[in-house]
Amino acid sequence: MVVLVDKDTRVIIQGITGGQGTFHSGAMKEYGTKVVAGVTPGKGGQEVHGIPVYDSVIEAKKVEDVTASVIFVPAPFAGDAALEAIAADLNPVVVITEHVPVQDEITLIHTAKNKGITVIGPNTPGIISPGPRQKLGIMPGHVFADGKVGLMSRSGTLTYEIAAGMTNAGIGISTAIGLGGDPCVGLTTIEAVKLFEQDKDTKALVIVGEIGGDAEERAAAYIKDNVDLPTVAFIAGRTAPPGKRMGHAGAIISGSSGTADAKIKAFKDAGISVAEKASDIARLLKEVL
Amino acid sequence: MKLFEHEAKDIFRQFGMPTPPGGVARTPEEAEKKAAEVGKPVVVKAQVLSGKRGKAGGVKFADSPRDAAEMAKEILTMRINDLPVESVLIEEKLDIEQEIYVGITIDRNERKYVVIGSAAGGMSIEELAEESPEKIIKMYVDPNLGFSPYESRDMAIAMGFEGKQIQTLSGFFVKLWQIVKAYDVELTEINPLILSKDGRFLAADARLNIDDNALYRHKKIMENIKRDPVEQNEREQLASDNDMAYVELDGNIACICNGAGLTMATLDAVELHGGKASTFLDLGGGADAARVEKGIEIALMYPKVQAILVNIMAGITRCDEVAKGILKARNDGDITVPLVIRMVGTNEEEGQRLLTEAGIPFLSTMEEAAGKVVEIVKEAK
Repeated sequence: MVVLVDKDTRVIIQGITGGQGTFHSGAMKEYGTKVVAGVTPGKGGQEVHGIPVYDSVIEAKKVEDVTASVIFVPAPFAGDAALEAIAADLNPVVVITEHVPVQDEITLIHTAKNKGITVIGPNTPGIISPGPRQKLGIMPGHVFADGKVGLMSRSGTLTYEIAAGMTNAGIGISTAIGLGGDPCVGLTTIEAVKLFEQDKDTKALVIVGEIGGDAEERAAAYIKDNVDLPTVAFIAGRTAPPGKRMGHAGAIISGSSGTADAKIKAFKDAGISVAEKASDIARLLKEVL
Repeated sequence: MKLFEHEAKDIFRQFGMPTPPGGVARTPEEAEKKAAEVGKPVVVKAQVLSGKRGKAGGVKFADSPRDAAEMAKEILTMRINDLPVESVLIEEKLDIEQEIYVGITIDRNERKYVVIGSAAGGMSIEELAEESPEKIIKMYVDPNLGFSPYESRDMAIAMGFEGKQIQTLSGFFVKLWQIVKAYDVELTEINPLILSKDGRFLAADARLNIDDNALYRHKKIMENIKRDPVEQNEREQLASDNDMAYVELDGNIACICNGAGLTMATLDAVELHGGKASTFLDLGGGADAARVEKGIEIALMYPKVQAILVNIMAGITRCDEVAKGILKARNDGDITVPLVIRMVGTNEEEGQRLLTEAGIPFLSTMEEAAGKVVEIVKEAK
């Protein structure tokens, strides 16, 4: 089994005629994702990789049976695009766009929450379930193998690095979720853990965190009290200096909070194995599985 | 974007929040003039985008305009937390009855704004949270409804104020919230908000950070704010002009990677192997040859760099483009230090073929590459 994205997920791409939207709608289709429609206001009637383009999400929904959205719309318009997807009851809504203003993020996250809709991101590589070959995002599909480990991460390429290491070691994943690199994101680490916990076929968890905030500490505390699944964690940014944004908007040590040490300590206190190197994750998984 | 205290106070006053009488000065002469205008003892405050300026000696009191000029002269030659002081704010020195804290920021976990107040202002909110957390009052802002005036009054009451002071103090919360909404503010603080002995509430300090991602909505502010150049060295400037994330560190190995998480993990791997990174340089997604070459060029401008580690996990980036960028930099004679390359993912065969033909070795794992680059730097010593 998988979480959030399964064989029945039918995807609409918002911003499909832009550079990123065009490239990745093709890549998603090639991977196996059921991409059934695209949206770009004013470009209804066109096609991209054989995918019909509509002027709005509602127009598309009248014709196509869409269930989920992936958003490639530029940052100034991404919040509005997400609200459009939420209004049309699409779930999940995956916001790939980076640099979305935080007030727009707060609005879209809580609007979705009130309707019980899951937002992944913003600033995420997306979500992938290799079993049903569905990826809603920009990750290279071939590095993810089908299996029973639930993977959640705040970064993109580091996730590919870790997934590739697992694949090489013969360990596959049920679903991998990029939680997003911004301070405010929709699906949080703790919520992702809860989703995997309910999936009977997910047998272990990998949490890839980084400096900034305390999402990892909260997830560790939750796992300690509630979760029986074996878990391996990795934290990027052990050597990052305080006060500097390390690429991601959310990756910053403020004062004494958000340090890698605090996160690692929280995981260890919860009995979770912490990998020193990204390449140790596969080995630690073999030990716990 | 962080605003200077005097810039933030300009906005505060536009929204009707009182600040102590005074003005900005860039020279001792201007400081003297401003102090004379105030006509009372003044405080001379360094304008720097850094906390703890008081502890660094950047806040001084002056009894006369001449004194103010002297103080300004001293402060204007200071560096505070490595930042130059280019202007000072001259303001009336207040007789303090009480120092109060008010602020609004974003709670990452709730994904909401949170309004914070305390009757025990003056020290930093972090210090206050350590010392007497019970004196901090917090209210989350409903993302749909915003922050209502009655909630502002509730804040003032919870902070222990009574009578007319409830209305006066709550006005600061109402106005701060208006500013937060109007200017996409990430964080704003008045610390201290001073209740003077003669019964006035005044914003004695001001902190206002605007969301960088929303600056496009505030072009007018950007024009109006006569901005001192942000303290960035030429390498940081060049990286930000090219939209690359770039951070300088104390070591000697430049890590050029794609993706923030991978770059952080690469820095960590270098340290695990006994080395120390000089540079965090994230090329971002989908870098082409020209961008890779530019990244190498920027990294090499930092004198501390003794070796470069290129670590690419290609998803939307293509290894052949990365290889072309490296070859271009090498053929132009730009690369003056040893280079270790690790490159896998999209189009890796083609990329590796290009490197092999050019006689440039590469490794296939991050750990090997980190170990190798550390070894090279050690041998060179």
